[in-house]
Parts: sequence; structure tokens; C-alpha cells
Amino acid sequence: MADLDFEKIGLLVGLEIHQQLNSEKKLFCDCQAELFNEEPDFVFTRRLRPTQSELGQIDAAALFEFKKGIKILYEGTRPTSCLVEMDEEPPHDIDRESLEAALVVSLMLKANPVNEIHVMRKTVIDGSNTTGFQRTAVVALGGEVRMRRFTSPIQHISLEEDAARKISQKDSVLTYRLDRLCIPLVEVATAPLSCTPEEAEEVALRIGQILRASGTAKRGLGTIRQDLNVSIREGNLVEIKGVQKLELVSSVIETEVQRQLSLLEIREELTHRGVEEEDLQDKPQDITRLLADTKCNIIRAALQEKKRVFALKLSGFGGIFGRKLTQSTSFGREVADRVRFWGAVGGILHTDELLAYGITAEEAKALNVALNIEKDDAIVLVAEDLEKCCEALEAVRERAVEALTGVPEETRAALDDGSTRYMRPRPGAARMYPETDVPPIQISQSFLEELRLKIPEPPEKKMGRLLHAYGLNRKLAGQVLNSRFNELFEEIVKETKVSATVVAAFLTETFRALERDGVDVDGVSPQQIMELFKLISAGRMAKEAASDVLVWLTEHPEGQVEEAVETLKLGMLPEREIEVLVDRLIGENRRFLNQRKEDAFGRLMGLVMKQERGRVKADIVRKIVAKKMDQI
Amino acid sequence: MYKGRVSELLVAAEVEIGDTIKISKNGHTYEGVLIPRSEIYDDKHIVIKMRSGYNIGISVNEETSITKIGEGLKPTFSKLTSPEQKRGLPKVTVLSTGGTIASRVDYRTGGVRPALSANELYSIVPELSEVANISTEVVFSLLSEDITPNHWTKIAEYVTRRVEEGVNGVIIAHGTDTMGYTAAALSFALQNLPIPVILVGSQRSSDRPSSDAPSNLVGAVSAAAHAPFAEVAVAMHETVDDDGVIFHRGTKVRKCHTSRRDAFESVNANPIALFKNGQINMLTEHYQKRDKRSRLTTKAEFNEDVALVKFHPGFRTEALSWYINKGFRGLVLQGTGLGHVGSDCIGPLKRAIDKGIIVGMTSQCIWGRINMNVYRTGRELLKIGVIPLGDMLSETGLVKVMWALGQTKDPTEVKTLLLKNVANEFSDRSVFAKY
Ligand SMILES: [Zn+2]
Repeated sequence: MADLDFEKIGLLVGLEIHQQLNSEKKLFCDCQAELFNEEPDFVFTRRLRPTQSELGQIDAAALFEFKKGIKILYEGTRPTSCLVEMDEEPPHDIDRESLEAALVVSLMLKANPVNEIHVMRKTVIDGSNTTGFQRTAVVALGGEVRMRRFTSPIQHISLEEDAARKISQKDSVLTYRLDRLCIPLVEVATAPLSCTPEEAEEVALRIGQILRASGTAKRGLGTIRQDLNVSIREGNLVEIKGVQKLELVSSVIETEVQRQLSLLEIREELTHRGVEEEDLQDKPQDITRLLADTKCNIIRAALQEKKRVFALKLSGFGGIFGRKLTQSTSFGREVADRVRFWGAVGGILHTDELLAYGITAEEAKALNVALNIEKDDAIVLVAEDLEKCCEALEAVRERAVEALTGVPEETRAALDDGSTRYMRPRPGAARMYPETDVPPIQISQSFLEELRLKIPEPPEKKMGRLLHAYGLNRKLAGQVLNSRFNELFEEIVKETKVSATVVAAFLTETFRALERDGVDVDGVSPQQIMELFKLISAGRMAKEAASDVLVWLTEHPEGQVEEAVETLKLGMLPEREIEVLVDRLIGENRRFLNQRKEDAFGRLMGLVMKQERGRVKADIVRKIVAKKMDQI
Repeated sequence: MYKGRVSELLVAAEVEIGDTIKISKNGHTYEGVLIPRSEIYDDKHIVIKMRSGYNIGISVNEETSITKIGEGLKPTFSKLTSPEQKRGLPKVTVLSTGGTIASRVDYRTGGVRPALSANELYSIVPELSEVANISTEVVFSLLSEDITPNHWTKIAEYVTRRVEEGVNGVIIAHGTDTMGYTAAALSFALQNLPIPVILVGSQRSSDRPSSDAPSNLVGAVSAAAHAPFAEVAVAMHETVDDDGVIFHRGTKVRKCHTSRRDAFESVNANPIALFKNGQINMLTEHYQKRDKRSRLTTKAEFNEDVALVKFHPGFRTEALSWYINKGFRGLVLQGTGLGHVGSDCIGPLKRAIDKGIIVGMTSQCIWGRINMNVYRTGRELLKIGVIPLGDMLSETGLVKVMWALGQTKDPTEVKTLLLKNVANEFSDRSVFAKY
């Protein structure tokens, strides 16, 4: 991959970064903008119906979903959802705090706020919005993200409501939780950028930094999500939804480029073989009888359930299904994913894997005869009810026809490992119409002037300060910049005598290490952390003991820092007690000390430090030990 | 739709709604389709729909220039393909009065348009084609708050004609705000119905995928085609779930919530029937049966000189005098509790009754039955001739007095009519149930 020339391939990437805002309330009602994990207080079921223009054109997928009779079950709790989320009450006025936050982000990105904001309804009928649309509004146009070597133009910045959380999908029931619905999101959408995957990731990271620097971003997993639009020359526009980490952006893009290139190679191979759409008109054939005594487990299980086996001949597709598209996917898997969406069947079997699944050579031969298979042809099998078999194999045929033209335009879902999976056909032009229940919002110049005063320091400037004024190394400075404690860091350094590097390492690395060990450090307040450093600064405890105090505080939510130091016996040992200790140790080790005078100093130092680590300072111990040694 | 300065600018640039335009201002340019602006908003902004689909408003100043860069884009609604109609299905007529139970969206311009033809209904709600053979007719197109007793008469006439033609059921699409009043009016006006007459509406606009309109419509059409009852009923969601449509008796139904889809409730009565999982189940044994041989009698005259008067602390008796002096023929009081008004009202009310004005009593409690024998005020009101309306809804009481005065001018006959149970507006028993 590294040697790919992305410019030559014609890679274009559009980023859409969605950041949840840390607002008091939701965007169109006064509910808590929080998620819940307890049992829901109420549930209800709905169906969403494609509205007219989808029926007429565009959204075949939407209509298909509806016809499948999908029911949607919504779960809610009373503090996090009201009648607005339930689509039982019109939206209230837009949340001013969120609106200000979105405008501040716009100003930070040098975008041009619109004079009058119009809230739109963007049709989404997968159930993630109870209304069947997402409320969204452009708040600013244009703007840019300036990187060291290039500049990425911004298309628009919008303020929108988040969708409900999908909990499960069982048969024809989809379950969503309402808590996330209507939590405010800022979306930053870049213009299509000709760049390398790494550069795209840099832009994503920079936008993420700016969003965090705005001070209004929510933190934690799932609070920032990316959608990517990726295309290459000769390929097609593929929309990838839900990349959960900014750090995955480059690998997702690379994998997608690889997938599109592989599909183009398949197209070339099929062209070379002379395969055309007319060659792919075979009808599925019932071959249940042929495989009546098969040893193939999958088929045998299906036959026991009185299902049928159908086979489809795909002329010219021999060997294509087994081809790898990327490291983790093959053309066969691509087709299977598509079938799963349209056909509600478990999976397909294709020529290139039949033997591996226990079909015997004789059975394969009989299949070849029955379907009139020639050298370059492929067979796809499905074992299901008659109707499902036909639906599934029709989906297979459609996908095969698309392979002749290369890359289908589609929406894919990002997985955690950086790969993607077919999600649904790409919706046509955005289906938006005005949200007439929310009046337009005018943005006056004087309001913008007020907001300009609230713009926080841009991250690149703050980075410079962390490096130079505080003397942090680049790695630590970067960590502080991205940390939720970046303001607390400066306060602590200002108010205490503890070194900036120690504070920075504690707030980033120590916290991360404790989090990894399962310590719930979120519960510790900034005031407690400040108090902790004040004690260190005053010499009342050692910095090495800080993480023990932190752990104690998470276990005692009502506890005070001083109390922790006392309970844990972490307070500094007065010099008098050190002297007593040294006297005692000299007494206990007299023989050793007399025999090996040259090692005596080191030995004593070591014993004291080992016994009282965290409660004594090395230079004080050194001074006392030296004094006592002189007295021996 | 644009006014003032903006309108002048648009006229000067020769652009019309739907044209693609370019607006330049202070070094910024904006491109998009010119979108209409609601009259109630200011005249300082132009609204365009950008290529991304978003609308924005651009304020106009001295430097603003507008150029047309593309021809008009008028809302278009693609031709519909409706499913094949099954043969031999019951005939159902859908009369529309203004409540849009179906609409279509043109996403290029953001335009929304009601869908009224049978063909449109079939294509938007394809299930209907398996339930009934539908015909449609537009009676008028009004917001429900603009519907008056004259409109009730007109609707009753339309229904009568359809019944005479032999349809198996009639649906009336109606805005929900006053649907309960219309339902009561039709219940009195259409007597001895051979078929069901179902009012249907929606609490969520029909342009949205989550609208309750399609399922309400499917329930209503199913009942019109197949239900065993032959009464006027309101069909709306049973709960906030999308799977049950419940049928409330026209005289006992009230809108009890401003926005929820299960806003309608049967008050002091059971609903008649429930439609769930494609089946209609009767919820009461007492109903008028569907019977082709029943001869419909239409009595659709209403007298509008009637008012519904709500008593409250600080109520000024001059209000009563005003009605009397203005020549009102009937007053329905919404009294407190068991049916009381302040004792200072007794004088003016007596004067009204002595002048031949019909005065009926209902309760503002909504649930429960009035009883004017328990306290002295009640007994005095009865003594001066106030007519106790039992467990009748105040709104139904109002409609009934309007209807009774439309049938006869003789106060004694009106009183007799009022106390007679014409369309199940009274129930004899108060059953212990949720309220
Ligand atoms: Zn809410």
C-alpha cells in the first residue's frame, strides 16, 4: 500500500466529522443530554413508512425495509426522553447554548455564519429517528483547516440532532434507545480533498483538536464519529459511516482504496473474458433433489428443516468469488453481505468454496451438468424457502452485473478493525425539506461580535505555549492539548511549585494507566486534583504517592485529599522520626556496617528508602544518614 | 410571498420562486434555488435551497446583488404507480374536508402537497388496495378550526348521497382539533345508518415517515369495509404504539391531549371497537348493527345561536346577559363539579329560561356525571328549568342543543329531544374504569 500513488489513482476524500456537544440540554427539548444503562422506564413500537417521493423514485431500500414489515421498538427513561423524542410533541426552540457552541466552532474554522438559520428535516427511515427524519441546520459556510503543508477547505458546518442508539435487531424487530436522540452534534464537512490517506487523517485530527479546544465538546467513546466519502478515478463514490476513532481514518481510506482497485481489476478480468450483462440472465434452479443425500452440513441442516436448495449459474465468474479484495474480504463475502441485506438469508455458497464445505466431487459434477456449467462459469447456492432463495439469488445476480462496471455506489459501515461492510444502497440526493415547526433563527452581527470574544485559543497556538512556556516535550504537550485537563494543567502549574512535566505526566499518562487498570478516575474532581498538587508542593506528601491517593479517592467518593494522605499514611516523615529510624537501622545492622564500611552508606540509604518510600525525600535522608555515620 | 425591499430586488433581477440564483454580498456568493418565504417572517431575508439540500436565509443590504443562473424549478411529483386493485372488494368512499391524511414531498424544492385522489392513497398506503375499493371526493379543504355547523350539514349531505348509492362505508378525513364536534354532529344528523361512517385524522403531519395517518387510515378503511357496527365513529391511535387503531363513538369522544397520537378518548363510555393485526374486534355488545335494510334518516339542520359557557371563579354574570340580549336560543353551561354555577348566576339564568332560551348543564370535570340534587345550588338550578345533561360531554351537549334547535322551535319539544338518548350520548350506568 505504501507505494501507491494516490494522486495518480485520483483519490478524493470528503470528511464529515460529528462531535457531540457537552450541553446542558438536548437540541430541541429540555431533557438531559445523557445516556442511560438501567432498565428503560417505557417502551413503544412504531413503523416508519417511506413518504411519497421515495416510493416514486430514489429509495428502493427504504421501501424494501418497510415491506419487510420491520417494527421498531423504542426504549426510554423519563429523565432522558420526553414526548419530543417520542415524536409525540413538536420540537421546542433550539437550544441556545448549542447554537452558540456551533457558531464558535464556525468562527474558529474561519467559516462564514449564515444570516438566518433554517432547520431542515433530512429523511432517515432506518428507525434511528422516531420522526423519520433528522433535524439539521447549516450554521456556517466555507472556512478552512490550515495544516503545515496544505489547507483543506470546509464546505459547511451544521448543528444537528444525534440519532437514537441501535441496541439490537432480531428478526423483524429493531430496538433503539431514545437517550442519544436529539443530543446536539456539530458536523464539520470538508470539501472533497485530493490527498493521501495520512493527510486526510491529519485533517480529521486537526478538526478534532479544534472541536475539543472549543471547550464545548463531549468526551468519551462514541462522542465523535466520522463519515468518509471516498472515491478513486474509474471507481465510485462510497460513503463510509461511523468511523469511531480519528486514528482509524487513514487505514479505513487505504482499505477502501484497495477494495475499489481490486473491484476494478475484477472488472478488467471480466471484460477480458468478454462477460456482458446478457450473459447473466440465467434463472435460479431448484437442485434440492440433486443434493438430497449431501454430506455438506449447512445444506443438510437446511434440508432437515424442509428448506429447498437453489443454484444460480453466473457465466464467466469462475474464480472471481474467491478473489481477495482486501486483506480481510473477498468478492464472495461482498456478495454475501449484499444478499444478507436484501434477502434475509444466512449466507451463500459459491463454486470456489463448495468442496471446502463438504460437497463431494460427484455432487459438484452433477451440479455442473444440471446447470450446464463451462470452464469459466461459477455457481452460487442458497438453501432457504422458495421465496427467500429467489430474492437472495436475484441480489447475487444484481451484484454480479454491477461487477461488470466496477465499483457500485453504496453506503458502507466502518468496523472496529478498519474494514468496512455493505450497509445499504447510497441514498440519492439528500432528501431534505424544511422543519416548519422551528422558526428560522436570525444571527445578528452584534451576536457574532459577542461570540468572537468567546473564541478560545486555537490549538496550534496553545501547543506552542505548552512547548515553550512550560518546556514540555512534544509528546507530553500533545497529550496535554488533547486532554480534558488542559486548562487544569495550567492552573496547577501556576498555583503550585510542582514542575510542569510532572503535572503533565500525571494528568495524562498516570490517568491513562489507572483507567487501563479499571480505576474509574472520572469521579475525581479538578478541585481534588488541585489540592493533591498543593500538598505535594508544600512538601506534605511525595509525588510518587499521588496515584495511590487518586485510587483511594475513587473508592471514597466523599473523601478529602488530606484524609487520604492520613489514612494511607502517606504524609512526609518528620526529620526527627527519620533520625530515630536511622538509629534503629544502625543498631540492627551493626555487624554489616562494621565489616563493610565502604558499602555502609548505600546500604542504609537503601533500607530507609525502601521502608518509607513516598514519605521521605532522598536528599533529607542522605543528609541524616551522613550525619549519623559520622557519629558512629 | 416576498415583500418589501427583498421583493423589489427579486423583481428587478427577474427571478421567480424555483429559479436557481446567485447572490453576491460582501465578497461572499451563495447559489441555490429561490424558496418561498412564509408571510409571517420579516422582509429582510432571501431563502435559498443550496445544492447540499440545506436552506439558508441571506440578509439583504445595499451591496447585495442577485442574478438568475438557472430556469425555474417547479415542484414536481412523479407519476405514481399504484398496486393492482383486487376485484370484488367492498366499496368505501373517502371524503376529505381538509385534514391531510396523505401528502407528498418534493425534496428539490421542499414543497409539500396533500394527496387526495384514490390513486395517490393507494400508492402511499398500498395495503389499502387489498382492503377496499376506494373512491374519493373533496367536500372542502378547511383547517378544522374553520369548520362551522354549516359544514356539518354539508358533510351529512355528502354522506347521505353515498349511502344511497350503496357504498359499504364512508370515511371522513378531518383535522383533529374539532373532529370530536363534527363526529357528535354527524351522530345526531345521520340516524338509522346502514353502514359505518368513520372520521379519521392524524396528530403527526402526513409528510413525515412517522405519521400516524397511514395506520389510522388503514384501520378506518378496514372498519368502513368490514366492521359489524353502523355508527359514526372516530378512528385514531389506541396508544402511542403504531399497532392499534381504536374506534370511539361519535357522541362520546373528546380530544384530550394537544399532541399525542392517542389524544382521543372515549369519555364515560367504552370505545366501540379496536383494529389490531388486521382484525376488528368489538369492545361492546351494545351497538347498532350494520344492516343494508336500515333506512337512513338525515336530519342535518343546526342552529348556530347556541353557546358553550364555562363558569369559573370571578365569572361575570353580564356575560349571560349579553347572550340573552343578543338573541341566543340556547346555552350549554360547563359548570363546576356535579353541575353548579355561582348563585349570582341564578337570576340571569332564570330570565333566560323565562324568555324561552334552552339552558343545559354539563360538567367541566370532563369525566363523570352531573347530579344537581345533591347541593342547594343544583336544586335551585333545576327548579328554574336548567336541563341536566347527565354524563354527556359539554361539547356534545353544545352540538346537541344546536341540532335540537335545528329540528324544532318549540322549547318543550327541544327539551324532550335533549333528554332523549338519540345517539348514545347518554350512558345509563357509570362503570368503574380508568378516566
Ligand atoms: Zn426530551
